[in-house]
Amino acid sequence: MSTRIFGSGIKRREDPRLITGKALYTDDMVLPRTLHMAVVRSPHAHARIKSIDIRAAKDAPGVMAVFTGQDLDCEPVPCAWLVPDADLKTPDHPALAKKRVRYVGDGVAVVLAESRYQAEDAAELVEVEYKPLDAVVDPEKATQEGAPRLYGGVPNNIAFRWVASSGDEEVEKAFEEADVVVSERIVQQRLLPTAMEPRAAMAQYNDASGEMTVWCTSQNPHIHRHAMGLVLGIPDNKLRVVAEEVGGGFGSKIPVYADEILVAWAARKLGRPVKWTETRSENYQATIHGRDHVEYVDLAAKKDGTMVAIRGKVYAAMGGYLSTAGPGVPTILHGLMYCNVYRFEHARCESIGVFTTTTPTDAYRGAGRPEAIFLVERLVDKLAAELEMDPVELRRKNLIPPFQDGYDVATGLTYDSGNYQAVLDQALEMAGYEDLRQEQEQARQDGRLLGVGVTTYAEICGLGPSQVAGATGFQGGLWESCIVRVSATGKVQVMIGTNPHGQGEETTFAQIVSDELGFPVEDIEVVHGDTDQTPMGWGTYGSRTTPVSGAALALAARKVKDKCKALAAHLLEAAQEDIAYEDGKFFVKGSPEEHKTIQDLALMATVAWDLPEGMDPGLEASQFYDPPNFVYPFGCHLAVVEVDRETGHVELKRYIAVDDCGPQINPVIVAGQVHGGVVQGVGQTLYEGAAYDEQGQLITGSMMDYTVPRADMFPNFELGHTETPSPHHPLGVKGIGETGTIASTVTVYNAVIDALRPLGVEQIEMPMTPPRVWKAIQEAKANNVTRKQS
Amino acid sequence: MSMRPSSFQYERAESLQEALQMLASGDAKALAGGHSLIPAMNLRLAQPQKLVDIGRLDELRQIAADGGSLRIGALTTHAQIAASADVQEHCPALASAASRIGDPQVRNWGTLGGNLAHADPASDPPAVVLAAGATLHLMGPEGQRSVAADDFFTGLFETDLKAEELLFAVEIPSLADKATSYVKLPHPASRYALVGICVILEVEDEECASARVAVTGAVPSATRSPAAELALAGSRLDEDSLSAAAQALMDELGDDVMDDLHAPRDYRRAMCGVYFKRAVRSALGQ
Repeated sequence: MSTRIFGSGIKRREDPRLITGKALYTDDMVLPRTLHMAVVRSPHAHARIKSIDIRAAKDAPGVMAVFTGQDLDCEPVPCAWLVPDADLKTPDHPALAKKRVRYVGDGVAVVLAESRYQAEDAAELVEVEYKPLDAVVDPEKATQEGAPRLYGGVPNNIAFRWVASSGDEEVEKAFEEADVVVSERIVQQRLLPTAMEPRAAMAQYNDASGEMTVWCTSQNPHIHRHAMGLVLGIPDNKLRVVAEEVGGGFGSKIPVYADEILVAWAARKLGRPVKWTETRSENYQATIHGRDHVEYVDLAAKKDGTMVAIRGKVYAAMGGYLSTAGPGVPTILHGLMYCNVYRFEHARCESIGVFTTTTPTDAYRGAGRPEAIFLVERLVDKLAAELEMDPVELRRKNLIPPFQDGYDVATGLTYDSGNYQAVLDQALEMAGYEDLRQEQEQARQDGRLLGVGVTTYAEICGLGPSQVAGATGFQGGLWESCIVRVSATGKVQVMIGTNPHGQGEETTFAQIVSDELGFPVEDIEVVHGDTDQTPMGWGTYGSRTTPVSGAALALAARKVKDKCKALAAHLLEAAQEDIAYEDGKFFVKGSPEEHKTIQDLALMATVAWDLPEGMDPGLEASQFYDPPNFVYPFGCHLAVVEVDRETGHVELKRYIAVDDCGPQINPVIVAGQVHGGVVQGVGQTLYEGAAYDEQGQLITGSMMDYTVPRADMFPNFELGHTETPSPHHPLGVKGIGETGTIASTVTVYNAVIDALRPLGVEQIEMPMTPPRVWKAIQEAKANNVTRKQS
Repeated sequence: MSMRPSSFQYERAESLQEALQMLASGDAKALAGGHSLIPAMNLRLAQPQKLVDIGRLDELRQIAADGGSLRIGALTTHAQIAASADVQEHCPALASAASRIGDPQVRNWGTLGGNLAHADPASDPPAVVLAAGATLHLMGPEGQRSVAADDFFTGLFETDLKAEELLFAVEIPSLADKATSYVKLPHPASRYALVGICVILEVEDEECASARVAVTGAVPSATRSPAAELALAGSRLDEDSLSAAAQALMDELGDDVMDDLHAPRDYRRAMCGVYFKRAVRSALGQ
């Protein structure tokens, strides 16, 4: 038997074209007679538009048209996650602001010209007269009396108030009766997703046929088709969305954006193709941001360390408008994970979505779950310090025991499978935890600041059962479909509704099909990203592509296999139940020499010269798949840091990640996802932070000011894994795209606080930059001096 | 927002004389490596009517060491300087500074002359040429003149270089027998210097005979620190004298120290002291 392709770390098939510059991105597309769009954006965070004078711009060289909000006759930009029972306010979000702008970067006009240069030159000539209004950038402050209001009909800027509770009275009682309560105010700072490829869109409309094609940077082209069809009034069978090559998204290419709508609208209006690609500055201003919470969180425990209840009140900035999935992120994707991997009896999350005069927020890698795991793990470390317990022992004491098929937690979720002790044990062993603590003790005696952070986590992904989508207000399903099509020559095309954009499913999905059917992996092509070529699906996000789309694929491949078995039985003149399969060969049990290969059967099925009675020609199967539950990957991460006393610089010395995503289809790709996830998560802890000033100006408006983490900031990661299959997935697999981000932010945060423990530092705002760490050290020193004197 | 420059004329000079003639007419800017000018043009912060490309003037891309001094042509790239055995021997602090500018792409394109003429307050080389006592050779319509580095940097993005002049060479006295170092606290995103310190020490019998200290990144224009130099001179370079000199440096910089998101003033001033001490220790091989 040859080495099994499932589980093999073969090279990513995507990489040669990506590395050699042969990939075709939206901005590479060229059509004759294309007009180029430039967007005139608000320089104010909050202002009334008094007038817009487009005359000079219209007269500029090469300009075909200039449009403002008054010209638009399409529907507003939609919000598609209408969280129920939360008094959700959904004020209109016009694709171009008409009367008021609500963040720096809000579009007010577009210029269409023969070249991008001409469009940019003319955009500078559009004269907008603004009456500036007060800005408010902090979501907590925005709810206070007297804060500037963004919308007449939205008191205190509160877009929604959502509560998930295991029982308010019981939670209250648990806190009253607790021996110990630890609390913290946590600021989850705003982050800029920074996909390598900025957003871009191009559209072509054929007014004779009524057909519209939109090329755009989308993680979910079918959602784009659905939403843009509704906004523009184009029947979706006349609308094709193409997003074949997308250079990263991290959630920022889920939303349906005003800019994309404007490109399509203008292409139809002017009868010429229209193209737009954002600059990095536009990307930072007008592409969604992530996180931005102010949280008040508490944990109740007994004095022996038994953790009883957890609760949080979250102010989540929505920005100036509700982005496509914005309201779902700090609610459904956040509040339901407050139990993490622990046996809490009670849990409550109150999440308040708040309009602020900032760029809208939406899903960013992990989307709500990193914030949840952060607050739980932060409080656990705080409790350990309070009880003078080892943080690892405290965790171990409270872990949910191993389970194979379902565990109900206090938030109402049923985790699918888990063995949290196993990942903890493995991480501690890899780290040499006892030795590390001794080393830390020695370092402290030498005056060095060494810290260790340990996180045990679970996450919810593989979104998800469509019934849950409906119940939580998601304006769509969350199932997937796919087609496996085999040609006469035995080559395979796999059409999927999800849209991988860096995650490597062109490789791993080929591995799934190869493993199921025996075709060589190089004979299998995975087609995605074109709504005309692929069956319906809801997209790539929420670590759902392999859990949902991959499940559909495995089942479709099994249908193909069943047909092959029936055909082989016919050709070998045997009963179907007597047919055996091994490595792409079908044969009568006991006589492997006389066999039909999968390629033989593909040919015979396609030419259809000799099919059994009632069998249709062709070798193709399609499969719809709606998952019965989410999947819950889990793991344990451990970080070792050293803080430079003089400069406040944090050196990440070791990082250990033990993750369990069930059976790994391709361990190299899994490792890549973990590496990238960890880097992004640590980016939040130490480097990244979108900063606005009080006037709502984005101070970190370029890559000169916003610190994207780089390889030289990290040690080599030490990875381990365990394998606990999901009981409900046909392949047992879970998602791995976001776990690194979910676990690592708090792991490194806790490690830094652990390093500074001898000085009495308990909290530092993220990102924990050298100036902030230095300041905390200085203040602690001053306090210690004062304490000694008094 | 545009990231596209407004329109401009482009001319390429085949000789230094031709470049000077081209620069003399109209609102023109010399284009060398372009790694400061082009980003500024893309953001439309700079909108020159004309660019004079001097990038093909190979005679300005040379490093020569003779008679106790090092002469570096203005178009020499940071990568060439970092890799040059002559620079490593005669001005190791400059080689070290050049090796840590930006990233490889920037170092392969950016030039020493362009860098100094641009006078970005966060740039690394100005600290080294100041501490090293370099002389900058300029050519203009009236002919050649030479300016001491001390007189060249006049303010934020401001130098003694006139619009119609070109900086064509930098001359640095050999520091082969001195203890030198350049250390920097890089901006985490851009890698410009939040604080950059160059020290050049003459050490005799474990005592500092003389010291030159220059600071970049921390103040609006790279500057020498006479107070730190005075404090070091005659000292035994022990912990106490280092601390005293660091304090003198910080006091002297005072409220001139810049203040921004990545390095608030009090932090930056403190880091001037920390990095100054690190620079001295590094120069002494400690």
